[in-house]
Amino acid sequence: MTDEQNIKIKVDSICKVFGEDPESVMDLVHQGISKSDLLEQTGHVIGIRDVSLDIAGGQTFVIMGLSGSGKSTLIRHFNRLIEPTAGHILVDGVDVVGMNQRELKEFRRSKVSMVFQRFALLPHKTVLDNVSYGLFISGMNRKKAYDHAMEQISLVGLDGFENHYPTQLSGGMQQRVGLARALATDAEVLLMDEAFSALDPLIRNDMQSQLKELQARLHKTIVFITHDLDEALRIGDKIAILKDGELRQVGTGTQIMLHPADDYVERFVRDVNRSRVLTIGSIAEPVDGALEGLPADTPRIREDTMLDEGFRALATGSGTAIVVDEAARPVGVVTPKTLLEALAG
Amino acid sequence: MAENFPELIDTRALRIGIDDGFNWVVANYGEALEIAFLPVLRMLTETERFLQWLPWYVVLLALCALTFVTTRSWKAAVGVAAMLFLIGLTGMWDAAMATIALMLISTLLAVILGIPIGIAMSRSDTLQAISLPVLDIMQTMPIFVYLIPFVMLFGPGKIPALLATIVFAIPPVIRLTNLGIRQVDAEVIEAVTAFGATPRQRLFTAQIPLALPTIMAGVNQTTMMALSMVVIASMIGAGGLGYQVLQGIQRLEVSRGLLAGLGIVFLAIIFDRIAQAYGRRSQQHLNLGD
Repeated sequence: MTDEQNIKIKVDSICKVFGEDPESVMDLVHQGISKSDLLEQTGHVIGIRDVSLDIAGGQTFVIMGLSGSGKSTLIRHFNRLIEPTAGHILVDGVDVVGMNQRELKEFRRSKVSMVFQRFALLPHKTVLDNVSYGLFISGMNRKKAYDHAMEQISLVGLDGFENHYPTQLSGGMQQRVGLARALATDAEVLLMDEAFSALDPLIRNDMQSQLKELQARLHKTIVFITHDLDEALRIGDKIAILKDGELRQVGTGTQIMLHPADDYVERFVRDVNRSRVLTIGSIAEPVDGALEGLPADTPRIREDTMLDEGFRALATGSGTAIVVDEAARPVGVVTPKTLLEALAG
Repeated sequence: MAENFPELIDTRALRIGIDDGFNWVVANYGEALEIAFLPVLRMLTETERFLQWLPWYVVLLALCALTFVTTRSWKAAVGVAAMLFLIGLTGMWDAAMATIALMLISTLLAVILGIPIGIAMSRSDTLQAISLPVLDIMQTMPIFVYLIPFVMLFGPGKIPALLATIVFAIPPVIRLTNLGIRQVDAEVIEAVTAFGATPRQRLFTAQIPLALPTIMAGVNQTTMMALSMVVIASMIGAGGLGYQVLQGIQRLEVSRGLLAGLGIVFLAIIFDRIAQAYGRRSQQHLNLGD
């Protein structure tokens, strides 16, 4: 199935303006007035300007931006914690913006769930009560809710902690409670607002791996907000880069690394350790008959190998390696020269 | 000679107007109001009679047990026993029971009225803007001023004493309920909303439990203010320890005033300890982290 057929969430020209009377300045916003001019002339602030995105089902879609870029504002439109000034968000073809209060409540209970930067757990409830919170408020009976919550607790590796209170747990464990709470409602869409940003680097790494493992099993549609490009590249199938409420580039990690759309994106990309995010396949030179000239013991590397794992293969042998796809068919070659060029950016 | 402030309006007429207006209310609605408040009066007198009917050691043990359950401290429980024993020893037992009854009922009614008002205030900035100055006025107005209209409406007795006590003691519980709910972590509220909680579920599963320590601080202050009001309220027939103080003044008996005054202090300490310990316990899982 192509992305076009499998669109789970369609963000259609969302605008958000903060101020006294946002509607009144929408014409100016559409005409492309700058953020500072609008503030000076009307006292209104642009949060999001005309953002459109297509997010495929089962994808981890990362929205990346620095603080003030509007990324947290944008994600809050997906479950209408913030009302857009203009535009629509369609989830499975249904416009979230047009829902009445009852429909919105049902949508939040069953379709979409959220993980928060500072965990936002209920400190007076145990881990078990926190995880079953979404089920409990939607009227599921306590025993069933607890049974289901226990499965999620064990899924995130917190067995034995179900009767602890959140303040008794470390940050990483608290966020796993947050994740279990979001998974418990079986929502197909998972919104994660800087979910790992408040954790220290080692724990953050663990959580990223755990999320990738879970996602490989559960195939949720994840919208993940972060200010960290390394994190975006690590977990994102697709990445959107946001600056000042405007979309700068949308693409896969490799696309963004190799073809940054503008100076702003390029500045980000420059600091990333390329060897950890680019695959051998993305830098391989196509083979056009040159393969025959290579010795038989030329090392072979899978195309989805990260560059840093390919160093050894290139260091041994004649210096050239053959890149193969998953069926071991040759798709190209890499040399230390191409590798160094890719690392230099 | 200093110049007097000019008489721009006829204050005599104004005062007569206010007084006549209020007299009209008294004449037309006084009886109806009195009937309406009969159940409250009954509740108050029954509570008082029940506390005085109970053997002194039962009351003493019950309050000690309550202190121990909330504070988990033997010392506090023994202290409470000693203080109650002293109250009994100085012949103030019945008066103290009357005071406790008035304090309990007025605090109960203040809390029942005050918490919903505080919740309503926390939801509306307009209501908060209107209510805060009114609460300021209620707290700064000399308490004797409240006694006049209530006595006119009901005549001297327990009902005007109770109502004046409620008006005087209700501001803290309203204020702190409002404040407590407004101070609940915005991200937690966002989270419960994101999971599809209705406004009512939000209130009962998140806002009230998380605001509880602050609300309890308000209840505690309300209790203390109700207790401090009982001396004043005794002037219009509330009875109890306050009446003993009043008699001390009238008869110039230092001893009577002092013993009754000590009794009030002891009751204040006992109920403050219990309410504070309860507030702390309700908070124990809330503020350990960060």
